[in-house]
This record gives sequence, C-alpha cells and structure tokens, in this order.
Amino acid sequence: MTGAAAIIIALVQLVLFVFLAPLLIGVIRQVRALLEGRAGSGIWQPWRDVRKLLAKNPVRAADSSWMLAAGPVTLLVSSLLLCALLPLVGTLPLPLIPSDLFVIVSIMLVGVVALALVGLDAGTAFGGMGSSRHMTVAALVEPTLLLAVYALSIPAGTSTLSLIVETRLLNPAVIISPVSLLAMVALAIAIMAETSRLPVDNPSTHLEVTMLHEAMVLEASGRDLVWLELGSWLKLAALLGLLSNLIVPWGIMTDFSVLGVIVGVGAVTVKILLLGVVLSVGEVFLAKARLFRVPELLAGSFALGLLAVTASYLVA
Amino acid sequence: MTALEAGLLGQTLLLVVAIAAALLTPTSWRSRVSGFFCTLLAVAGVVTGAIALSGGTGSLSIPTALPMDPLVLSPDRLGGLVMVVVSVVGVLASLFGIGSARVASASRTSWLSMAVFLSGMQLVPAATDVVSFLLFLEIMTLGSTALLLAHHATRGTVASALVWYSAMSQLSFFFVLAGFAMLAGLAGGTGFADLATIDPFTWQASVAFLLLLLGFGGKAELVPLHVWVPRVLPEAPGHVAAAMSGAMVNIGVYGALLVVVRLLPNGPAWWGVLIMVLGGVSALYGILQASVASNLKVLLAYSTTENMGLVFLGLGASVLLRADNAAAAADAALVAALLLMLSHSAFKSTLFLGAGAVARAAGEMNLDRLGGLGSRMPWTAAAFGGAAMGAAALPVTSGFVAEWMLLQALIHGSRVDGEVVSVAASVAMPLAVAVIALTAGLALLTFVKAYGIAFLARPRSRKAALADEVPVIMRIPLVVGALLVVGLGLLPGPLAVAIGSAVGPAFTPDVRTIGLAGLDARGIDAVLDPTTFIVLAGLLLAPVLITLFISARRHPTRTSPLPWAGGGSRLRPRMQYTATSYAEPLVRVFDDVLRPTRDVEVTHVGESRYLVERVHVEQTVSDVVETRLYRPVLNLMQRFGILARRAQNGSIHRYLSYSFVALLSVLIVVSL
Repeated sequence: MTGAAAIIIALVQLVLFVFLAPLLIGVIRQVRALLEGRAGSGIWQPWRDVRKLLAKNPVRAADSSWMLAAGPVTLLVSSLLLCALLPLVGTLPLPLIPSDLFVIVSIMLVGVVALALVGLDAGTAFGGMGSSRHMTVAALVEPTLLLAVYALSIPAGTSTLSLIVETRLLNPAVIISPVSLLAMVALAIAIMAETSRLPVDNPSTHLEVTMLHEAMVLEASGRDLVWLELGSWLKLAALLGLLSNLIVPWGIMTDFSVLGVIVGVGAVTVKILLLGVVLSVGEVFLAKARLFRVPELLAGSFALGLLAVTASYLVA
Repeated sequence: MTALEAGLLGQTLLLVVAIAAALLTPTSWRSRVSGFFCTLLAVAGVVTGAIALSGGTGSLSIPTALPMDPLVLSPDRLGGLVMVVVSVVGVLASLFGIGSARVASASRTSWLSMAVFLSGMQLVPAATDVVSFLLFLEIMTLGSTALLLAHHATRGTVASALVWYSAMSQLSFFFVLAGFAMLAGLAGGTGFADLATIDPFTWQASVAFLLLLLGFGGKAELVPLHVWVPRVLPEAPGHVAAAMSGAMVNIGVYGALLVVVRLLPNGPAWWGVLIMVLGGVSALYGILQASVASNLKVLLAYSTTENMGLVFLGLGASVLLRADNAAAAADAALVAALLLMLSHSAFKSTLFLGAGAVARAAGEMNLDRLGGLGSRMPWTAAAFGGAAMGAAALPVTSGFVAEWMLLQALIHGSRVDGEVVSVAASVAMPLAVAVIALTAGLALLTFVKAYGIAFLARPRSRKAALADEVPVIMRIPLVVGALLVVGLGLLPGPLAVAIGSAVGPAFTPDVRTIGLAGLDARGIDAVLDPTTFIVLAGLLLAPVLITLFISARRHPTRTSPLPWAGGGSRLRPRMQYTATSYAEPLVRVFDDVLRPTRDVEVTHVGESRYLVERVHVEQTVSDVVETRLYRPVLNLMQRFGILARRAQNGSIHRYLSYSFVALLSVLIVVSL
C-alpha cells in the first residue's frame, strides 16, 4: 500500500517539476530583469524556448559522436530521477530505492559527467574549457555536499533524505540548532556551485572567461539543447526543493491522502518559487567570483560542513 | 581426493604444461599455444577458488628436502575468494595476450614468466603457513620481474623502471618477512593456526603489525611505497599491466586481510587509525597524480594507488570500529573493502587491456596526441567507457556499489544506539567521508578526461587518425571485463553474501539479498537495489525517447563541419583542449601538493615583439614522495658508493693488504 502511494507521489513530483522547472527559471529571470530595470521576457519564456527548440533541426558537428545525442538525454533522465526520488511533495520512500543521500549524489554526478562529455565531444576549445572547469568545480563540491548532508543526517540517524526531512518536521528544534545552521550554509553554497549559479558560474553570460555551463552547451542545438537545458533546470528546481524542505519542512506530506497531495504540491510550489525569488535577488548583488577563487569558497563551505559533523558528535 | 585437492593438483600440473609449452613451441605458434595454456591455468584457478569459496576442503602438501614441515596448500573461503579474483583477471589477461603479444612479449621468457607469475598469484592465498606464503609471494614477484625484463631490449627506460621495481618489491618482501618472523617467534610455529593464537595487545605484535602493514602496503602500491608503479606499469604491455594492477595488488590486500582478519583480529584502535591514514593519504595522493597525468597508463597506474588506498581505508575503519565495539558497522566496512577490491580488479584490468588496445592501434599512450578513437575503435571505446564508469564509481557499476557500502559503513559507524562510540571514531569517520568524497570527485574528472580526450572529439595526431580496431581475440576479454564491471554492480546482494561467508567465521556481516539481487545491509540499516534503479531509469527514459522520436521524425538532424566552433573558422584539431589543459585548473588548485614546474618559451617574429611566432610550453608534475623521500636516500647511497669506489682502485697491493688486515682482525677477535 505504501509502495503504491510512494509511486503515486513520485509521479506527481515528476509531472509537477517538469511543469515547474521552466517556470522557476522564468521567475528567476523576470525578477532579475525587473530589479535591473528591464522589462524582461515574461515568466513563460523558458517554456516557449522549449517548444521552439523542439521544432528545430539539430545541427551536429561532423566529428561529433553519439555522445552529443546520448549525453543530453542522460542528463535529463538523471535530473528526472532526482525529481522522482527526492522528498519534495511527500516523504514516502519508494520500495527498495529510498532517497539515500549517496545514491542521490551519484545520480547527480551521472548528469555532471554526461554534460562534461558533451562539452568535449564536438572537439572545440570552448567545449573543452567548459568541461574542464565544470569537472574541477564538481570534484571540489562533492566533499562539501556529502559532509553537509551527513551533518544533517546525524540527528535522524539515517542517510535517507526523506527520513531526515521527516525528523525535522517532527522536531523543529533541530532546524535552528547551530549544527544544522552550519550544515545548511555549507549545503546552500554547494548547491549554488552544483547548479552553476552565481558566484561560481554566471548563468547568463557569454563571455569566454566567465563561462562554465554555457561553454559546454555551445555546440548543442535543437532538441539536444532542450534536453540539456531542461535537465539543468530540473536539477536546480529539485535541489532548491530539497533545500526549502530542509529549512521549512512544513506542508510536506507524510501520510498519503488526496488533501495531503494537494497541500504538498501547493507548499512545494510556493517554497521553490519563493526561494527562486530570493536567489534571483541575491544574484543581483553578487558578481561572479574568479575561477580560482571558487576553491577558496568551497574550502570554506567544506570547513563549515566538517565543523557541523564533528560538533554534532562531540558537543551534542 | 576431494575436489579442492584435484583443483590444486590441476593447477600445479597445468603450470608445468604451460612452462613446457612456452619453452618448446616455435615462435609462430608460441603466443597461441602458451596463451591457451595460461588461460587454462587461470581457469583452473577460478575453479579451485570457487570450490574453496563454496566451502570445499582438502589440502595438497608438497614435501621439501629442507629440515622443516612440508608446504601445505589448503585455501579457506577467504583465500578462495582472492584466488577467484586473481584468476579471473588472469583469464582475461592471458586471452588478451594471445592477440596482443608480439616480439618481446611473445618470447619464451615472457610466456614462461607469465605462467609462473599467474600460478604464484593463485597459490599465495592457498598457503597455510608462513613459509609457503613467502615462497609463493616471491615466486609471484620474480615471475612479474622476469616478465618485465623480457622487454628491456625494446626501450631504454625499462631497465631503470625494473631496478625500481626490484628494489621496491624486495623492500616490501623484507618487511613482510621481518613481520612474519616476529610473529613466528612469538607463536613458536610457522603455521597460520599457531600465529592466530597471539595476543594483539603486546608490543611485539604491534611491531609485527607495523612491519606487515608496510610490506603488504607496498605490495598493494600504497604511498609511500608506490614509486615504482608509475614507472613500471607504463612500460609493461597491456595484458601484463592488467595482471599486475588488476590481480597482483590483491595479494597485498589479501596479506593485510590475513593480518587483521585471521592472525591478529580485534587489534587495538590505533592500528585502525594508522591503516586509515595510510589508505586515506594513498587515495588522495594517487588520484591527484592520476588526474594530472597525461600518459594513459601512468594515469591508470596512479589510480590503482587510489583504489587500494580506499580498500585500506575501509579495512582500517573496520579495525577501528571493531575496537570501539561497533561491530555491525565494522563488518560492513570490511565487506565494503572487499567489494572495492573486487570491483577494482574488474575495472582496472579492463582499463589496462583497453590501454593496451589503444597502444597497439595508435602506438601512442600520450592522451595529448590521442582523440576521436571512439568512432574508429567502437568495441574498445565501449569497453573502456564501461570500465571507466566503474572507476569513477558511477551508478550502477560495481565501483559505485562498493563505494556506497563504504560510505554507509562510515556514517553509521560513529554511533551505536545514539551513543558516540569514541572520540577517535567521531573525528576519523567524517574525515574519511570527506576523503572518499574528494577522491570520488577527482576520480570522476580523471576518467572523464581519460575517456573524453582519448575517445571523443577529433584525433590530435596522425597516428590516432589512422587507428584501427583490434582483432576479435583481444576484443573478447575487453568486453567480458566491461560486462563484469556492470554485472557485478547489478548483483551486490549475492556478492556481499559471498564475501560475508568468506570473512567468516570470525566475522559475520549481517547482509542479505533483497529484491532481485539488491543488497540489504541490515547491520547498518541500508538498502540498495540497482535493478530497481535501472527499471525506474528505463521508465523515465521512455517518455523522453518518445518525444525525441516524434521530434526527430519531423525535424531530422543536420550535420555541419563547423556548427559554431567558438565563433571562429579554424578547424585545426590542435586547437582542442588536451589532457594537460583539461587538468590545468586542478594543477593550479593543488599546486602545493603537485609542485608543477612550468616552462613557457615565446619566440617572437623578427620584426615585432608583439607578434609571436611560436610558444613552447612545458609542464611537468613531479612525484613529491619520490623527490622528497627517496631522492635524499638515493643521493646518500650514491655518495657512499663514490667513497667506496676509492677503496677499490684495482691495485693488487691494496687488495693484499686488505686481506692481511682482515685476517689479522679475525685472529685477534678469535683470540679474545
């Protein structure tokens, strides 16, 4: 019974996030445009882009291989898996595959690798550069990401994310404990780096010295580009959803009911869009850090994560 | 005669046959015949190991002329497991050798030492006493040395690499010998059963443990005894490198397991911490060097150090947690260490075989001059890609399952029933998680680089552009190896159960199969079912593919020689990113550890210094351990050698006076 309920929740999350992710990007861009005094293209523009790109003939480099076709699909599927497994609308774990922290990170890494290989495939200097920088950042983010969530997992005594969220829901004192705050800061920095946001990467740049993500997708077009973009958007939405559920777990569904699903969907939508607005406002005041300053930022965040874990063992 | 005895006897007989085949067959047939018998020898090892693993008993005793007990071969379950692993790698390497061995590697010496090397590896885990263990260990080492020696005529660098290899392998042998001697002295016997009665909490046991750890660490290519690895493995042909890096290192792991599981179980906590430090340092150092290496085989060689580091990290965590009474997590860490060993054997042998195939096809190991091999060598590319996924621990390969299990054991290790087990564990476990995470991240970069630069994009040299796929006999082991990497990842449950029974009866990990072949580690409350993942990913892939096909029918793909190319119009493949440039950000981030030396030389055009004719960039990354630890020692020895040379000037008068002084001093000493 819980199995069937979990599958329904996973389906709801999938449909919701495929719909929501482009909208989130639209909101982020629109808020930014308004703050910068531009009119902006409206919150539905990403959706229009998807429709437009799907109706175009993809152009592929003569020397590129099947990777240029398979890589984007892999990235998209890995992001879809994230949406299905993470506790976003409800905390019911799927049978046999709970939302285990290490599994989630590995699924994310599959997407990271697919994107990096796509960047290398066309055989241009730009793609290689983006791919190289992207992988360097990914390699340095991983310890931070794991340690931060490890710290959060200690009060719950499990590495299953849905149980962590549930623990925080039942025992809100955990959320504002110093250990949890340290870990949340570390996690937020790691997620910003992982999803190519400022100050690690500038999502709206086309200057070669500042590009990470954009450099890798330069050679992709048509539906290849759609899969890459949609995959990245879904990843951002899912990780923001996780972050918001860790900070404000209220509204998430723990026992299956139709009302619960509706409340859960509403709650996560509001939380993500709000977090998106916060992100957008924050980014207006941030400049992209120089690439070789990024390791310092991540080292700082790593130190926070390590402090959080050891503190929760030795102090608590 | 039991099945196990028959198997051991068969292995011995096949060794004799393989040696005879290597000696007697003519050159034109030698690779085929010898390769066939080496394969048979390895298959016999697989069968014997499988019998031992499934609980078969029996023993083969070899009488010796020396005044001591006969050598008794009788592998237990753990020995059986290791025997299966090294023999499977042996099968793949021998098959590959049939196709790839040419000139020097098809010589009599080469095939003879291959057979000796293989059977040495297979019989070390069968030993039941110190003497036979050391004997087979040395046979294995000598076999591999002779195997490499066969190539000394082809390249000048082989000789110096071999000196390093002999020196380092004999150094580790010395440590192992000293450690065992100490234990045997304590126990008053050389049988492993006698040794197991020693109390690990005596200082003698600790000294022996340190010696054995160093010795077996050296065999497993751990820092700081790894210096021979990046020199020797690039010189070895693909199948030899695969056997050394995929199988021989496991003997080091087996030795360490023998110490901490069989001979001195339940040792003090600081042993665990020490093993963890050794493993953690090796893992990080190995992967850092691998990530900046441009030579494919050097990259793979350093990655072996990394993986063995992770294995030892798991082993150390298991010792530490056991000392802290967190038995469930300790057993899980032990299973994880063995899973890592297994998966490493599968992917590393495949990767080295892949490198061998590339070397044969393109005659080039420098990634900076490879590229675009994916379209010319599809089989090799697919196998290498699959194995690289395993090495990068991506789901759902065996590497991923092993690393997942290790991480689970670590995060569940520091607390039992909500109570912190010890201060050491609560500092060591988070640090270990961080080390594994950083290692995994860098491994990802390393293997994206290795696969992406070599097999994707455009060829960076003429040789790479003219590469051709290797013959079928070489493709078979490649594909089988890659299938093993993925297959073992899909069956973590049965695998963990087998490992659990192998480390018994002293240790009883609480693992069982769940779902189709998933892993349920009940002791640490963790579940993983890769099959369900594949099914879920397939279900999610379906709508994407449907959309893709609809879109593709209406809007077919166009191919253009230059879709965007960074806005430029220059098509030259030299403008692509190379392996060196790929790792450049990393070199900058970790320049304190890697200490790169960079030399940029700009030649200006005669008329103006604003115009550049050409730029020559050279970058070398040194091995800090070698330059800081070994160089001073070697320099000292060299200085001593120069001094010693003065005493030996060839004059007969001087030698006569030496003998006179020597005789005189002997007489004086005797008369005292």
